[in-house]
Amino acid sequence: MTDKIEISIRNLYKIFGPDPKSALEYVYAGTSKADLLNDHGHVLGLRDINIDMRDGDITVIMGLSGSGKSTLIRHLNRLIEPTAGQVEVDGEDVLAYDEEKLRTLRRQVMSMVFQKFALFPHRTVAENAGTTLKVRGVAKHDYLKEAHKWLDRVGLQGYGDHYPHQLSGGMQQRVGIARALTSNSPIMLMDEAFSALDPLIRTDMQDLLLELQKELHKTIVFITHDLDEALKLADRLVILKDGHIVQQGEPQYILLNPNDPYIEDFVSDINRARVLRVSSIMTPLDDSGVPPDAHGEVAHDDTLESMITRSGGDTSHSYLVMRDGQPVGTLEMTSLVKALVPRVASEAGARKY
Amino acid sequence: MATYDFLFDGAGLRDWCDTGKTGDGPVSMADLLAKTGVSEEQTAWNLPFPSLDELNEACGSIAQSRDLTKGVENSFLAAKDALRFVLDPITQPLSWLLESTLSVFEATPWWIMFPLLMIVVYFASKSVRLVIFVTACLLFLAFVDHYDHAMQTLAIIFVCALLCVLFGVPIGIAMSRSNRLQRMTIPVLDMLQTLPPFVYLIPLIFLFSVTEPKLYGIAIILYAIVPVIRLTDLGIRLVDKDVIEAADSFGMTDRQKLFGVQIPLALPNIMAGINQTIMMSLAMVVIASLVSAPGLGVLVLRGIRNLELGVGLVSGLGIVLLAIILDRVTKSALDRVNAAQKH
Repeated sequence: MTDKIEISIRNLYKIFGPDPKSALEYVYAGTSKADLLNDHGHVLGLRDINIDMRDGDITVIMGLSGSGKSTLIRHLNRLIEPTAGQVEVDGEDVLAYDEEKLRTLRRQVMSMVFQKFALFPHRTVAENAGTTLKVRGVAKHDYLKEAHKWLDRVGLQGYGDHYPHQLSGGMQQRVGIARALTSNSPIMLMDEAFSALDPLIRTDMQDLLLELQKELHKTIVFITHDLDEALKLADRLVILKDGHIVQQGEPQYILLNPNDPYIEDFVSDINRARVLRVSSIMTPLDDSGVPPDAHGEVAHDDTLESMITRSGGDTSHSYLVMRDGQPVGTLEMTSLVKALVPRVASEAGARKY
Repeated sequence: MATYDFLFDGAGLRDWCDTGKTGDGPVSMADLLAKTGVSEEQTAWNLPFPSLDELNEACGSIAQSRDLTKGVENSFLAAKDALRFVLDPITQPLSWLLESTLSVFEATPWWIMFPLLMIVVYFASKSVRLVIFVTACLLFLAFVDHYDHAMQTLAIIFVCALLCVLFGVPIGIAMSRSNRLQRMTIPVLDMLQTLPPFVYLIPLIFLFSVTEPKLYGIAIILYAIVPVIRLTDLGIRLVDKDVIEAADSFGMTDRQKLFGVQIPLALPNIMAGINQTIMMSLAMVVIASLVSAPGLGVLVLRGIRNLELGVGLVSGLGIVLLAIILDRVTKSALDRVNAAQKH
């Protein structure tokens, strides 16, 4: 993982309506989303979005329906044109692209996976998977070969000659992922890619994505409304509400330090033991050296769940946290237990949103 | 004397009325009747509507209704030469096409035509049962000596339906891409669909000679092209928005999108349109026999004209058989397309 910024979004605004430019002035002046709709008849889609997405990261954009997350991802490949702001990919301003350059971007730099799969029903699975290459003018024999390679990779060996309607939902989305992978683009946009699948299949697909990512190191922008999914996949989490960013950062950090009641309410339903990792709650090692009373060594990316199992529920234990063979901190089981309870109990503010 | 005299007298227009009056104008039927019979007494109950003819009776300066129809006729006749000058050369290929196709269908011996049609039916439907059915129908028609007429009808439908598809599909595609064009085209399509077929035979008869094949060719095409245009437009507009968005996101050009996604996905609707177009061509080809279109319609017409009941009914049955054949074959082709892209 490098620190290179692959996608950078700056001051992005999107307003839907007959005259977005003049409505933008009201938004700059601080008009709220509800007022803009009632007084001026325009819908505020996105307000002042600033995100930097690092090369090789999975950036998860999370929000409830209507929060503007699907609108946001469509700005990256300009399926939707912004009202104001900049989108830079690899240092180049995408919004300044003409039609030809935009087409090249869509063909070679970004590929997209859709919530409703959006496969071509009249083409076979292999032809679907090869679409991204076919569009570029690659010969049929060549793109089918590449398509079969990726279909095998997502677990669809032997389904190449089927038609999409013959496959189940989960398998169809595997085709969707294979289609995006076949293009061999460095950036993948996934718009609620797993939301239409049932929970078990969804978990399978998440595992598949993480496994592929370990190998391919693509820059992935993933949209979801499911916090569990977001926490499982995200290297970096962006939380949207009513078209603006409420909080963004490391998912573990957001979980432990929610800066908004909206997020607190969100995170209160989470199985924290499964999501939080040792490194997020450990006490960093100071100069005093390794404490002598440790009950053992644990890896920095162990989940709290595995720690509870390991300690047998005994809160008096403490452990030495190791990263790459070096001790980096200590973990008291008491602080672990405290971390399991949200900072603000969910009961009071629950389901206000 | 006339009912509305008071209107013009009251307005002081009597002089103007009388200057326009020409004594030796054509005598109307009503005038003649009035001369022979006893004129009815005027009461409020039989007050005539102040129509052009009534007003003309009171005031000679006002035109009669027949002047209106006369005017329409005159203006059409005045424009006729100019229209002919433009339309005649443009539509001439249609005459050639119809003539040559008719002569090909007539010249081909039956023992070539039958297997040929069987092969076409098989490739359209991939159903042996349908091939057997079609062959049986054709054998029956040939057996009762209606083969030549049936082939003429088939030839005309073949040419006209082909041209309908050739023009209709592109028009439908253009309509689906521009809302403005759609708004402008739909009233025209509505008019073509609601005008009784006999009505647009009238101006065509004036424009072209009745002996020319293009006369009935144009009439059939105008009548039958509507469904294929409508359904092409509808089919392309109904293509799943998500799939179109996916096509955009992979950087397809408009051309790739049209031929690779939109037309294939609209194909079931387009095929349904073609089926309708063929059936409407068949309906019109019978009416077109009034203006010298050959085929089974001629026999039907003979049945009506000479009161030959049997001739009319048997040829009518022939038309029904032809209709069933054309419908079944195109429907089964449509079903095959549908089955191939079930969602």
